[in-house]
Amino acid sequence: MTTELHDSQDLQDLQDPRIVEYDVRTDEMLVNMGPQHPSTHGVLRLLLRTDGEIVHEVTPHLGYLHRCAEKIGENLSTPQWIPYTDRMDYLAGMNMNLGMSLAVEKLLGIELPEKARTIRVLIAELGRIASHLVGMGAYGLDLGSFSPFLWAFREREIILDLFEEVCGARLTYSYITPGGATHDLPKSINLPPGLAALTGKSPDTPVSWTNALGQFLDWLEPRIEEYHTLLTRNQIFIKRTAGLGLLSPEMAKSYGCTGPVLRGSGVDWDLRRDGEEIYTKMYEDYEFEIPVAPFDAAPPEAVCGDNWCRFYVRMMEVVQSIGLVRQAIEKYATAEGPYRETFKLATKLPVDECYLETECPRGQMGFYLVGDGSSEPFRARAKSSCFCNLAVTGPLSTGFLLGDIPAIVGSLDVVMGEIDR
Amino acid sequence: MRSAPEIHDALFETFGRDAITGKNLEAIDPWVEVSPASIVKVSEFLRDDPGLLFEHLNDLCGVDYLQPDPKKAKTFEHSPHIEVVYHLSSFTHKHRITIKVLLPRWADDVEGDIPACPSVAGIWAAANWHEREAYDLVGIRFTSHPNLRRILCPEDWEGHPLRKDYEFPLEYHGIRGQ
Repeated sequence: MTTELHDSQDLQDLQDPRIVEYDVRTDEMLVNMGPQHPSTHGVLRLLLRTDGEIVHEVTPHLGYLHRCAEKIGENLSTPQWIPYTDRMDYLAGMNMNLGMSLAVEKLLGIELPEKARTIRVLIAELGRIASHLVGMGAYGLDLGSFSPFLWAFREREIILDLFEEVCGARLTYSYITPGGATHDLPKSINLPPGLAALTGKSPDTPVSWTNALGQFLDWLEPRIEEYHTLLTRNQIFIKRTAGLGLLSPEMAKSYGCTGPVLRGSGVDWDLRRDGEEIYTKMYEDYEFEIPVAPFDAAPPEAVCGDNWCRFYVRMMEVVQSIGLVRQAIEKYATAEGPYRETFKLATKLPVDECYLETECPRGQMGFYLVGDGSSEPFRARAKSSCFCNLAVTGPLSTGFLLGDIPAIVGSLDVVMGEIDR
Repeated sequence: MRSAPEIHDALFETFGRDAITGKNLEAIDPWVEVSPASIVKVSEFLRDDPGLLFEHLNDLCGVDYLQPDPKKAKTFEHSPHIEVVYHLSSFTHKHRITIKVLLPRWADDVEGDIPACPSVAGIWAAANWHEREAYDLVGIRFTSHPNLRRILCPEDWEGHPLRKDYEFPLEYHGIRGQ
């Protein structure tokens, strides 16, 4: 042993402060992070087994927000269950409504008129922008930077104002229902005060809803570049995200990761293009790209599948969604047909079953319905995308420093309401 | 891309009548029924066969087929059983299939003794948590699962809430129910 220590390589290692620091073994410690920790995005509890600053094992504990929504779904008719889907991913309620409504329509074989489909694309993509803005802002907050959070919420506020004009709610919308949507888009509104303040117009100006939305998008689009300056190209941000939390494409596939987490690992898969016909049909007339890692804009430290790539996929998706909303506004002006088909509250489901996944901001949300001839589904199952995305936390975090855990969990952008259901 | 009948035929030719016990290829989502004993072998084949390549386990859930309401039972006749439903898709070939495993409601008809099904957590890592959830909520014991504990309910919770004959507890640690 002594002779080995005097080996030149080992001696050099001992003189290298980094290696010495990592080599010192102390007692292992169990640390509870959460469920009330601000950077675990809700009521997630991570049980960390640490040796000093180094994390040896991460075990996520779930269920603090469990409401057994699936059991509730078995006792309600499908339109009655829609408000419960809002409360799953509460940052993207519109997308949850859409997934559930489409699953019901697939089971019943309902085809929607063009106008209803256009409204749905418009609303769902706007919901995606709002959700990714929170994802971006909260990720900045996780890494100790406060401004992006405030900036993102300023923008999101206007989207919520616009949603409020559409359906009266700001968080739990229940707007998209089986058969279409509850209301048509409003013809004339007063310019939302937040938007008026940003654009320097009088808040009492009457405009059409789509016009107000157009004004907002014109204002939002140049702001994306500001976020890149603030976060994406920020050296501190790059140091804390690039090359950390590496998720290989094989692992992402095996763990069932979806959405930006999967595309951040370089797998070109998006249900808006590759999904089932009932869903892709909504998007077939739209032009959009699917951002997939690796990126040309990536800093040299970034590796395909790391925290930085997952974050950047979301940023690029916002740009694509802005384009999709613009196209939808154009299509809405000429779209024909009613905004909804008649759908009775107690519509009987056939004795059959169906499973449908849609591309929600956080990944593929699936609904599995088994009909038994009555209006309540025999089994209502909600498959959560974050549930699978969170499962990689353990393997991703092992061996990193304690301070990197919020950076890794934050890059997965989980919402506990969806995981616990 | 392969159609559901082609996928069924490929499975049937490889594993035969004992493993592939049923099918419904006319359903909205066509499904193939696999015997519990061969689900692991079939899963491995589904994932690795170059013509199938089902790399993605979309969902795994349990369904309790027991209709306690006699009115509804008229339109929906089933002998009481439990189904484990696997929804699979392939990134490479862009096809989908549903696999079902049928289990008795109680192992050996002893009430309270939950049935067993081999775990596929070794094939798709996504199955690990999904199987824990199915164990927690529906009550299926996945044999050779690396860590079969409750995931959503507390560890000392009694019963499996998504069973159709589940009775809500009157009290939990001094908290009254209902």
